[in-house]
Amino acid sequence: MLTAPSLGYALLAPMLIVLAGAVIGVLVEAFVGKTRRIAIQVTLSIGALLLSLQQLWRIRDLSSTTAAVGSVTIDKAGIFLQATILLLAVAAVLLIADQDNFVAQASALPGSPEERTALQEKSAQTEIFPLFLFAVAGMMLFTVASDLITLFVALEVFSLPLYLLAGLARRRRLLSQESALKYFLLGAYASAFFLFGAAFLYGYSGTISLVGISAAVGSANDVFLLIGIVFISVGLLFKVSAVPFHSWTPDVYQGAPTPITAFMAACTKVAAFGAILRIFYVGFAESQTIWRPIITTIAIITMLFGSIVAIAQRDVKRMLAYSSIAHAGFLLSGVVALNKDGLTASLFYLFAYGFATLAAFGIIALIRDSSGEVSDLNRWVGLGKKSPLTAAAFSFLLLSFAGIPLTSGFVGKFAIFSAAYQSGNISLVVVGVLASAIAAFFYIRVIIMMFFTDPVNDSVSVIIPSVKSKISISTSLLISLVLGIAPSLLLTTAGNYANFIR
Amino acid sequence: MSLLTIIGLLPLIISVLIVAIPSKNVGLIKKVAFAGTTLIAIISILLAIGFDKSDTSLQYVQSNAWIPTFNINYSVGVDGISLVLILLSTILVPIVVLATWHESDSGRWSAKVFYVLILILETLMIGVFAATDLFLFYVFFEAMLIPIYFLIGGYGSGNKSAAAVKFLLYSLFGGLLMLASIIGVYVISGNQIGATFDLAQLATLEIDNRTENFLFLGFFIAFAIKAPLWPFHTWLPDAAKAATPGTSVLLLGVLDKVGTYGMIRFCIQLFPDASKTFTPLIITLAVISVIYGAFMAIGQKDIKGLIAFTSISHFGFITMGIFAMTSQGMSGANLYMVNHGFSTAALFLIGGWMMMRRGSSTISDFGGLQRVTPVMAWTFFIAGMSGLALPGLSSFVSEFLVLVGTYTRYPVAAIIGTLGIILAALYILIPVQKILHGPTTPGNENLADLNLREKIAITPVILVIVIMGFYPKPVLDLINPTSEQVVTNAGFSDPAAKVGK
Repeated sequence: MLTAPSLGYALLAPMLIVLAGAVIGVLVEAFVGKTRRIAIQVTLSIGALLLSLQQLWRIRDLSSTTAAVGSVTIDKAGIFLQATILLLAVAAVLLIADQDNFVAQASALPGSPEERTALQEKSAQTEIFPLFLFAVAGMMLFTVASDLITLFVALEVFSLPLYLLAGLARRRRLLSQESALKYFLLGAYASAFFLFGAAFLYGYSGTISLVGISAAVGSANDVFLLIGIVFISVGLLFKVSAVPFHSWTPDVYQGAPTPITAFMAACTKVAAFGAILRIFYVGFAESQTIWRPIITTIAIITMLFGSIVAIAQRDVKRMLAYSSIAHAGFLLSGVVALNKDGLTASLFYLFAYGFATLAAFGIIALIRDSSGEVSDLNRWVGLGKKSPLTAAAFSFLLLSFAGIPLTSGFVGKFAIFSAAYQSGNISLVVVGVLASAIAAFFYIRVIIMMFFTDPVNDSVSVIIPSVKSKISISTSLLISLVLGIAPSLLLTTAGNYANFIR
Repeated sequence: MSLLTIIGLLPLIISVLIVAIPSKNVGLIKKVAFAGTTLIAIISILLAIGFDKSDTSLQYVQSNAWIPTFNINYSVGVDGISLVLILLSTILVPIVVLATWHESDSGRWSAKVFYVLILILETLMIGVFAATDLFLFYVFFEAMLIPIYFLIGGYGSGNKSAAAVKFLLYSLFGGLLMLASIIGVYVISGNQIGATFDLAQLATLEIDNRTENFLFLGFFIAFAIKAPLWPFHTWLPDAAKAATPGTSVLLLGVLDKVGTYGMIRFCIQLFPDASKTFTPLIITLAVISVIYGAFMAIGQKDIKGLIAFTSISHFGFITMGIFAMTSQGMSGANLYMVNHGFSTAALFLIGGWMMMRRGSSTISDFGGLQRVTPVMAWTFFIAGMSGLALPGLSSFVSEFLVLVGTYTRYPVAAIIGTLGIILAALYILIPVQKILHGPTTPGNENLADLNLREKIAITPVILVIVIMGFYPKPVLDLINPTSEQVVTNAGFSDPAAKVGK
């Protein structure tokens, strides 16, 4: 007779709530009239996220950590990462709720009569919200999955909605659709690599669980282990846009609707780095001699490449894309550190960087002319004169990305680099500070453009944000500000939660 | 709460007051800024009076946990060296506010922003000299760049935004190198005595030579950029030319002192062995700075550029005095920092008034000011004489001490350095003659002499220059014990005077 295995619903509940929200969202699309959908969808999404947070809070001290027959490990670090994703998602959904960034009817060809009709009818593509919730649930699962198959499923669950969402920009639709297609094709390749690597690791160790792989190190021919780790890494490094797997990032960041870019830039980073940290700290810790030199090299190249290429960018979204590549390099230093300080630092960094990025893209979405968003940096000149407050807020975020003291970015960088130094990777520290110095150049150039250059007679202006965007942007800004001055508020928590159960 | 913390916080509180005043009420903003900074100056003088000179340990100490995860504390305290530099900062700020009353009127932004930036800068300047926690120091050190950057870029003239960026990027680059070293020191302390940023504890670390050399260089390059020492100086002339005279006073008079202060406090105290290793190289660079700055100054056609290059020469002297590792050299260097602050302030402020009146900063546009504007001419003359270290004026004492202190250990460097004094006579006397003496050239006939406000502003500076020339004892009493201690802690003793055979 078969007994049903215990799934541990309490531990899975945060994810299940978000998934349930997504499913209900699909039903809303089917049964609720067009005009009322948006309000219901927004409420539903925020409600699901908050409820999930509340459930996460309840299970934060539970002693049993494995659920779903060992394929999910809800440990301290997992809870921290999931909470980070949920908080960022709440801020992101408030940005997404500003529907004028999204296409009126995705199925209408760009420039066609159907599109015009849809625009006149003021119809809106509210499927965005269930898609968004599916992505969030996938990301949450990705950070706690403790076997390779679950990891792969989670990867696909959060990637597929993102491919769709990236193509839904209201303006410059062809660019948006092109970027979505590019993201999808390259993403599919990366997923294939991941699966290929998983197969090798299974062949090597005879198990798909991370703990099992860790235990099997040394039991068979290490070549298979190496191939497995390398291919798995390719899949993961693609998601965090590390060089040389970064080429999609600038195109997608530029093409996607800006609120979606904000969501991707913040939450995908947390999810993907959460998984990377878990896989490398739990699954591959025993085989560090094999992968450490590889990841160190990639981290160095990523930091330098992102910082240098960003200098040449003339589009603010592309610039932030390269900046996010550079930041991926910094975060990889935390992975290479492979100690508790490295994990604490990475958790703090992800949280701080996530909110700074969200706020930055939130502000970018506000800067418009008559034909929509203006992301061309040359047209940002003199913005400091037109709307000093917005320009000052954006400058503050740039200084945070640059890692100037008294910003959250500085504390994060300091924490990561000291962990890397601690682990003996001094070359990473040296390259890291050099890359920071290079990066400072292009961040500061934007500040010059906004403040020190006289405005040309241009229709570019800052639109008055909706209340939702306002809440989202100002909260994210406030978090960045507070974390810069009093980082211990979060650092202590991150330290307490920096623990993967093996 | 230590009095030091209160002095550090006051500028911030005043800046909040200023934010509350409507932007249109420019007069009130300026008055509040002046009254507030004067109050701070007075309190800091009280701080100095309450300082126990015979005690070489840190005073007015306070320590609170800031980021416990990394054992980072808000720790402040002063010894003789940092006290005089805090005094220098707090006294110069109200003088600058009063002297450059109209500097903020023609900027890119309102006067309000100007004074808020100045006040934030004052808090950071006090903080950077008071910090006894390495991390806290770094935070102030880097954060200081931002207000100066906006002051140059927003209120300067000429190619201001390029100059502001050059300044910022140079400083950031140096700062980031230092950050790598700070992380290194921090991690090493974690392995030896438990992770800490406390300076006194960090000074006890045993670091192997190779590592120590690298860590030392990270700090030294950052400070050499700040100070600035040849060949890291190229940002300074641009910044000084673009900045307003008031900003230049704060930049050259105070901010650059953080570089030389850092060499004493961090390079020598934390890495005595590496300091020894690199001393010959640094003395060489310092001598080159002295001579190079002097020659460049002789060639300058622009008043601001002239003052900038004389400063490079003077910073060469200061660095030479520090790394001579004798108590005289160290005392001289510390005194030099104060004196250079005041004589640069006088040169920039009076030069600024001349340039504002004439509408030009080119030396050859001036001529015969002595007849037209006697007060302005005389004050400029005194400031210039202080710049060339005329005996009886303040700079002479410090330059003499530096050279004597250097001679006992590095006679050749001291002798070449003396050449700098001769060149100084050239680079000061030639412009002084062109500007002040001779027939009044066209365009200068109707220049107005100093008004009452300007006279009041410059009087204390001139007084300090003259009084410190005859009676430097009060300041030396503050500086000497700490200077001796620094030299002794670094493992040096003063060499006996060489006796000819």
